[in-house]
Amino acid sequence: MNTLPDFLRRSFSAERYDHHLLLLFGGVLALLIVASVTGAILAGRAKSDSGRAVIANLNARTKAWWKMCAVFGFTLLAGKYGTLIFFLLLSFLALREYITLVPTRRGDHRTLFWTFFIITPLQYYLIAIDWYGFFAILIPAFAFVFIPARIALAGETEHFLERAAKIQFGLMICAYCLSHAPALLILKIPNYEGHDATLLLYFVLVDQMSDVLQYVWGKLLGRHKIAPEVSPNKTWEGFTGGVATATLLGALLSWATPFTRWQAAGMSLAITLMGFLGGLVMSAIKRDAGVKDFGAMIEGHGGILDRIDSLCFAAPVFFHLTRYYFVR
Amino acid sequence: MKSAVHPLARILAAAVRLLTGVQVRWQGCAAENRQRIYFANHSSHLDFVVLWSALPADVRANTRPVAARDYWQSGFRSFLAQRVFRAVLVDRGAGSHGASEERAREKRFEVIEQLAQSMGNSESLIFFPEGTRGSGETVAEFKSGLYHLAKRLPDVEMVPAYLENLNRILPKGEFLVVPLLSVLTFGAPLRVEQGEGKVQFLQRAREALCSLRRKGTA
Repeated sequence: MNTLPDFLRRSFSAERYDHHLLLLFGGVLALLIVASVTGAILAGRAKSDSGRAVIANLNARTKAWWKMCAVFGFTLLAGKYGTLIFFLLLSFLALREYITLVPTRRGDHRTLFWTFFIITPLQYYLIAIDWYGFFAILIPAFAFVFIPARIALAGETEHFLERAAKIQFGLMICAYCLSHAPALLILKIPNYEGHDATLLLYFVLVDQMSDVLQYVWGKLLGRHKIAPEVSPNKTWEGFTGGVATATLLGALLSWATPFTRWQAAGMSLAITLMGFLGGLVMSAIKRDAGVKDFGAMIEGHGGILDRIDSLCFAAPVFFHLTRYYFVR
Repeated sequence: MKSAVHPLARILAAAVRLLTGVQVRWQGCAAENRQRIYFANHSSHLDFVVLWSALPADVRANTRPVAARDYWQSGFRSFLAQRVFRAVLVDRGAGSHGASEERAREKRFEVIEQLAQSMGNSESLIFFPEGTRGSGETVAEFKSGLYHLAKRLPDVEMVPAYLENLNRILPKGEFLVVPLLSVLTFGAPLRVEQGEGKVQFLQRAREALCSLRRKGTA
C-alpha cells in the first residue's frame, strides 16, 4: 500500500467509508437483484402484446439501473474529486440535451461555448476548492449578466430576450441546480464529518426511488391524471403512493444521515415533492418542444436529463435545508 | 479492391461521433455495402466526417468524399482531404458561369467522367450537391452535378442523407465547437426516371432530402 500515491491511498483507505455507506450500497444491490428476478418472472407471464411491451421497457430500465448504479458507486468510492467529475459530466451531457432542443441562433455560438466550457466547469471547480460564496452566485449573478451581454456583443437581435433567457434557464437547471448535489460533500455538518458521501448517496437514493415508486404505483393503480396536457403518465395515485413510500423509505434510512427519524421523513418529503415538480416542469418543456424525451442515451429511460430532472429540482432545496438547519 | 483506412481517419471519426453524439437513422434503406452516392445538405466542416463515421466499417473503407479542389488543394487541408480521407478533388462550378457554353459543357463532362472513373465498380461517394456550405437554416438549390452523375451511372443508388444541427456545432466561419447532439437520417434511394429532366430531378432530389428533417425541429 505504501507505494500508492498519497491521494489514492487517502481515497481508498478504509476509514473513508463508514459502514453506513456500504450498507446503503448493499441495499441498492439487493433491490436491483429483486427487480431483475421479478422482471424475468413477469416476462415469462405476460400475455397481451401491450403487457409484453410494458415488461420489456421495465426490464430495459432495470438493466440501465444496474449500469447507472455501478457508475455512481465507483464515483462515490473515488472520493470528492471523482464525484465532482462525474456530476460535471452529467451537467455537461444534460446541458447538451437541453440546448439541442432550444432554438438558438448563429449569434449565440460563442455564448454557448462559454456556457459549456467555462461557466459549467468553473461551477464545479468552485466546489473543489471549497469556495461556497462564489459557488452560490456564479450562475445566478455573474452568468446572468454575462450571457445577455455576450449575445448583444455578437450583434444578432432577433428573439434576443428569448435566447438569453433560455440559455440562462438551461444553465441554472443543468449546472447550477445539479451542482448542489455534489456540493453536499463540502458541507461541514457537526458530528457527521467524513460521512458526506453517505449523505449524497442517501439524497440520490431517496430522489430516484421516489421516481421509481411513483412509476410503479402509477402503473399499478393510476387512474386520475394530474396534468394530462403536460405528462400523461403522472397520476394522483402514483404521486401519492410514490411520495408516501419514498418518504417512509427515507425515514427508515435515517441511521445513515445526521437527521433524526422525523427530520429524515421531512427531508425526504421535501426531496420527493421537489423531484415530482422537477419532472413536471421538464415534461412541460419537452411537450412545448414537441418531443417525448430529451435524448436516447439511457435505454428505456430516454436521455440523461429525463433521468435527472427530479434531482436537479430537489438538490438545491435539500442542500439548503441541510445547510440552514444542520450546519450552524 | 479494398483500400486500407488511414488511422487518423478512424481517430477523427471516433472523435467526431463523440463530439456530435450523432444518432443515425436508416429510414429509407439499409446500411449495405453497395455502390451508392450519398448526397447530403452542407453547413459544416464536420458534415462529411459525421456521415462517413455513421457508415459500417466495410462500407466506410469503400466510401470517399467529393471535395472542391480550390478549397482543399493546399497544405494541411490537402493532407486531410487526399491522404486521410482519399477525397476526390473536383473543379467547382464547372459548366456554370464564365467561358463559352461549349467550353463549359466540356469541362462538366470531364468532371463527371472523373467522378465516374474514381468510383470504379466498388467505391461509393459522398456528395454535397449545394456546392458549398450554407447557414444550415435552409437547403440551397442543387447544382446540376448530381443529375449528370445520376444519368452517367444509372446503376448507382442516389441516397439522400439529411444532417441536422451540424451548423450549430461548427458553423461556417467558426473554429470553436459547441457539442450539441446531431441526427443523421438516410432516405430512400433515387434514380432518374424515364423522361425526367434536369430541373425536375434536382427538385425531386432536394425535396427528398428536405423531407428527412424531423418534424418540430428548427
